[in-house]
Amino acid sequence: MREARIYRFLLKRFVYALITLFILSVLVFGASTFLPGDVGRNVLGGFASQQDVDIFNHAAGTDRPLVTQYVDWVTHFVQGDLGTSFQYKVAVSSLLGPSFTNSLKLAAVAFIILVPLSILGGAIAGLRRNSLTDRVITVTGVSFTAIPEFVTAIAFILLFGLWLGWLPVTAAAPEGANILTQVKYLLLPAFALVAVEFGYIARITRSSIVENVDADYTRTAYLKGLKKKDVIGRHVLRNSLLPTIAVVATQVGYLIGGLLVIEKIFNYNGIGLRIFTAAENKDYPVLQSGVMLVGIVYLVATLTADILYSVFNPRIRFGGDE
Amino acid sequence: MSETAGEEERAPHALELENLDVVYRVRGDDRQVLRGVTLEVKRGEAYGLVGESGCGKSTAALAIVNYLPRNGRVRSGGIKIDGRDALSLSTSELRDLRSSAVSMVYQNPGAALNPSIRVGKQVAEVFRVRGESASDATEQAQEALKRVQIADPGSVMGRYAHQLSGGMQQRVIIAMALATNPALLILDEPTTGLDATVEAEVLDLVAALQAELHTSVLFISHNLGIIKKMCDRVGVLYAGCLVEEGDTDTILADPRHPYTVGLLRCVPRGGVRKDHGRLDTIPGFMPNVGEELPGCVFAGRCTLAVDRCHTEVPEAHSIGGGHMSRCHFHEQAQTLPREMVAEITLPAVDRAAEPLLSFDDLGKVFKQGGHEVHALVGVTAAIWPGETLGLVGESGSGKTTLARSLLGLVGPTSGSVRFDGRDLSGLLKGRSNEDLRALQIVFQNPDSALNRRHTVRKIMRRSLKKLTGVTGSAAEKRTLELMSSVRLAERYVSATPGQLSGGLKQRLAIARSFAGNPKLVVCDEPTSALDVSVQAAILNLLVELQAEQQVSYLFISHDLGVVRYVSDRIAVLYLGRLMELGLSETVYEGPHHPYTEALLSAVPTVDGGERPRIKLEGDIPSAANPPSGCVFHTRCPRRIGPICDETEPPLVEVEPNHLMRCHIPLDELRALQVKTPSHE
Amino acid sequence: MSAMTDDAAGFDPAAGLVPTEAKIARREMVRQLMRSKTFIVGTLIVLFWVFWAITGSAFTPHDPLEQTSEILKAPSSSAWFGTDQFGRDIFSRVLAGAQSTLKVAPAATVVAITLGTILGLIMGFVGGFTDEATSRLVDAILALPLIVIAVVVLTALGSSSITLIFVIGLIFTSPIARTVRATVLGERQLDYVQAAQLRGERGPYIMFVEILPNIMGPIIVETTVRLGYAIFAIAGLTFLGFGVQPPSPDWSLQISENYTLLSAGTYWWTVVFACLAITTLVIAVNLVADGLQQVVDE
Repeated sequence: MREARIYRFLLKRFVYALITLFILSVLVFGASTFLPGDVGRNVLGGFASQQDVDIFNHAAGTDRPLVTQYVDWVTHFVQGDLGTSFQYKVAVSSLLGPSFTNSLKLAAVAFIILVPLSILGGAIAGLRRNSLTDRVITVTGVSFTAIPEFVTAIAFILLFGLWLGWLPVTAAAPEGANILTQVKYLLLPAFALVAVEFGYIARITRSSIVENVDADYTRTAYLKGLKKKDVIGRHVLRNSLLPTIAVVATQVGYLIGGLLVIEKIFNYNGIGLRIFTAAENKDYPVLQSGVMLVGIVYLVATLTADILYSVFNPRIRFGGDE
Repeated sequence: MSETAGEEERAPHALELENLDVVYRVRGDDRQVLRGVTLEVKRGEAYGLVGESGCGKSTAALAIVNYLPRNGRVRSGGIKIDGRDALSLSTSELRDLRSSAVSMVYQNPGAALNPSIRVGKQVAEVFRVRGESASDATEQAQEALKRVQIADPGSVMGRYAHQLSGGMQQRVIIAMALATNPALLILDEPTTGLDATVEAEVLDLVAALQAELHTSVLFISHNLGIIKKMCDRVGVLYAGCLVEEGDTDTILADPRHPYTVGLLRCVPRGGVRKDHGRLDTIPGFMPNVGEELPGCVFAGRCTLAVDRCHTEVPEAHSIGGGHMSRCHFHEQAQTLPREMVAEITLPAVDRAAEPLLSFDDLGKVFKQGGHEVHALVGVTAAIWPGETLGLVGESGSGKTTLARSLLGLVGPTSGSVRFDGRDLSGLLKGRSNEDLRALQIVFQNPDSALNRRHTVRKIMRRSLKKLTGVTGSAAEKRTLELMSSVRLAERYVSATPGQLSGGLKQRLAIARSFAGNPKLVVCDEPTSALDVSVQAAILNLLVELQAEQQVSYLFISHDLGVVRYVSDRIAVLYLGRLMELGLSETVYEGPHHPYTEALLSAVPTVDGGERPRIKLEGDIPSAANPPSGCVFHTRCPRRIGPICDETEPPLVEVEPNHLMRCHIPLDELRALQVKTPSHE
Repeated sequence: MSAMTDDAAGFDPAAGLVPTEAKIARREMVRQLMRSKTFIVGTLIVLFWVFWAITGSAFTPHDPLEQTSEILKAPSSSAWFGTDQFGRDIFSRVLAGAQSTLKVAPAATVVAITLGTILGLIMGFVGGFTDEATSRLVDAILALPLIVIAVVVLTALGSSSITLIFVIGLIFTSPIARTVRATVLGERQLDYVQAAQLRGERGPYIMFVEILPNIMGPIIVETTVRLGYAIFAIAGLTFLGFGVQPPSPDWSLQISENYTLLSAGTYWWTVVFACLAITTLVIAVNLVADGLQQVVDE
């Protein structure tokens, strides 16, 4: 009974994720296919002969009906065949694979710093509502969230990289560097990402804490004679951190969006830089697959959030009688 | 006041409030909520604190347990719990006080339990705080739950709050509150929001436990009937001031403060009906919190008030027998003049004629999470011109669904509705303008029913335009006419609902529903969001409008006194089925359907002569999964045998104008139900 | 306020006959806004940049596009913020750079708010299949890093201010529609909507005359918040080369053109002032949003 309920909930979420993925694929495919101009002409440029353009289009399959092209593209994508890069004439997967790994490394470092920092910050702000500490944390968070990440990145580069000389200003560590060195190289870009995300997660945590501190059950707990630390630890945090989990997981997606700019600034060969270069050069196969990959990562993250949420939330686990 | 303290055992009172002033800081100003409240709760006594919303009764409770909102504070005065000064405690002393000497139960038990911790662990926590080991605490928690008559404490302990019914949740809270045998138990509207039969069970439980444990109780309520049932002594709070205090029976029989007198007169009681006379009202409004009141707090609304009342604060006059009144003229309080209202003639109802509205075999099935919920099952009834049909039932009974189906807001799944000699479409879309005009509604909560961004004028004129096509100066004139017919002063025409009091908002809502001269108005709990003094005025208004315009009402309410006052006939619903339908007198005087009987016995009334309590077992079943046979058999105290479990009884006319759905023959019911006259 | 008990709710004008209390409260709201130092500071900074956005290069000390031989000069009394690699006066460029941002971002926000509000009203009010289908689409768009989507679309359509306005406007329609929908669902529960149906009002009247005025507060807050995000997003896209093109004095473009000079550790002034400019603007917009939010929440 209870399992069935969880499964039904998760199945629904999974179907939603698939629908989202479908819409994304149509969007990505459409953006690179429907739009003005002819693919071959766009790629080869205005000076290429019409014959070359036709040959290109035929080779790339872009002269076939759109639905066929779409089905073909999706089938291949699902099978792991991401096509061939227009620009580099190599398999897209061979380009995206390493970039993806690099991005994961950067995102992991950022996440490990971000999650504890922002949840702690938000919790402290919420528990000391309207105090100076709260103001400082909230204002800092809001400001960093609002400032474009390249501005923050440049500020960090100037401050920690160039003037204080604490950290390297490029993200890629020299060949064969050990993990610690790699992490050290990733710190500056990671902090730039953390700065953007901190405020958002901290704010969600804070408002969740505040809501639960004001809840009736918290009053019940205090009136039992519990110590403040027990009320907070056993009752408030338990209920406040739950929604935060969901938010944290969704931030994975935004983190990846932020990679585009950060990787360009630090000239780091990740998926963001790859997408950017592909966009600049109208290398559609790379662009399409790169964006799809990012979309999938995002959806996996959201799905994970849903799973965690349902595992921790008795309301979903056991349902209500409403 | 303390002369009795010496005679009792040497221990102090369970609670003493001494000249307590509490203020809230709003926009930089202190606004006074409690004004010099002095009272004590003796050991083993149940003390009732009664008052309308905004009088400061919840603030008093929160001040006692030192849990005022962050903008509130005790400005002066003293609070002693179990002899200990509650205002000068250190943090650890306060914790100790809360864990051993005082507990509190309040409204909305669902929110009072932590949603993500199993109930058992939350109850055990009370014992853990006192240093018990985990296993001892669990064992004691189980005992505590047993004490509140939870049949299967083991299974309840393993559940989460949302898996329990409201009544069960409140039992758990009470179990936690009584677990440590506190010197003082504060109950703040503990049954508000619960269904009548569940409320009665919870009250019975509290009364039994109080008798058993001799706990001192401070019982806060707006309901005088409950106070009468539960409390030895009562204090009446008005605008933060304790205006009268004394033994409950004395206060109810011999009130000595004009406010108490007025309050008691407002309640429809003793079986009074609209054709017996009008209800008394208290004119005016409660002063705003924090308003400067140089004289008596009630002077502004008191018809006895003279100049002195506005300038001189009355002292607490002792009348003897612990009876106190803060009125300069306490000996004249009962001569408080009644508000003069014109006598009215109610329309005569001719049930031989065609009914105004009839619905036949009405059914509604909702789909919910893959389940089918039968909200209404084969409901058949009619309403005649000029008549009020009262609709009574607890949550899940389908009364709101029935009202909405008739209005066309939800389409019935089966059955038909005839209105004024024509078939009505099930959905609003299919209804003509004439249909819309003739069928209107007054909602429960005027805050929700009125658009807060529109002015009174806009609200009225738009209804006039849509329903009657009247625009321009004619609409303006009609707006003012309608406002005057609901006693809404002309000066409010440019106001928005937010600028009106609750009672005035409901008047506006009534005026709006009468814009198109309706033939039938559904009144969906129209007074339950209002205080009793305001309720009486609204009921009077509805009755007046009926007399003037021969309108029919479908009147939904959970308050049986109110339903009885306004209704000509009454329909009782249970789990979407019509259980009983008859003339108001018949349904109240019996013989009743066993469910109606239980429902009537559940309601504590201000008058004595309470009916013998018929206790119901268990919770109201879910409409998604109704019991077999007679749907009431799972809780029926008069169940006669397997036939009840297996065969659903039909709705039959057991005597003229009296329909019932029960296997027990009428005469047998009559014999079973020892008749108690409800007004002596 | 939320911490107050039912008794304290007695301050609510609803509890008594106080026709003036509500008006006082509303006036109090404006006064409170005016008392909020952060709101005032935010508004002043925004107005400062709006002034420069409107006047463009009319009052700048130099022509922001004029190239001189004085290249990469550090800040001095003649060029307060120094000069860039083409010898252009950075002070003038920073002032004139407000224009492109404050043209595109508000326009995109207006597009998004208009479409988002209409869509959200329809989703929340009509409900049923319409809502379910639209919600899936909105969720799908929300489920994607917006800058990535924008890059894809801008690659296909080519960059121009108009394209940027519509791309950002359309992408931002989703979150706004979701917010508005949630608010509408809350309102739809209220009986005044049923009261309107019971007098025969049609959908559009109920949506735009009955419901819309009641959700203006959240919409105004959403507008300012989205304006902040729009500036953020457009800055990022411009930085990547998908926005206005050189030689515009746009801040992000300035940073994008010059940040590679940083690795030498010199020429910091070529990016720092533009960074400060964009920072002051986004923080100011957020201060305004925060001030409005607090007043609307009251």
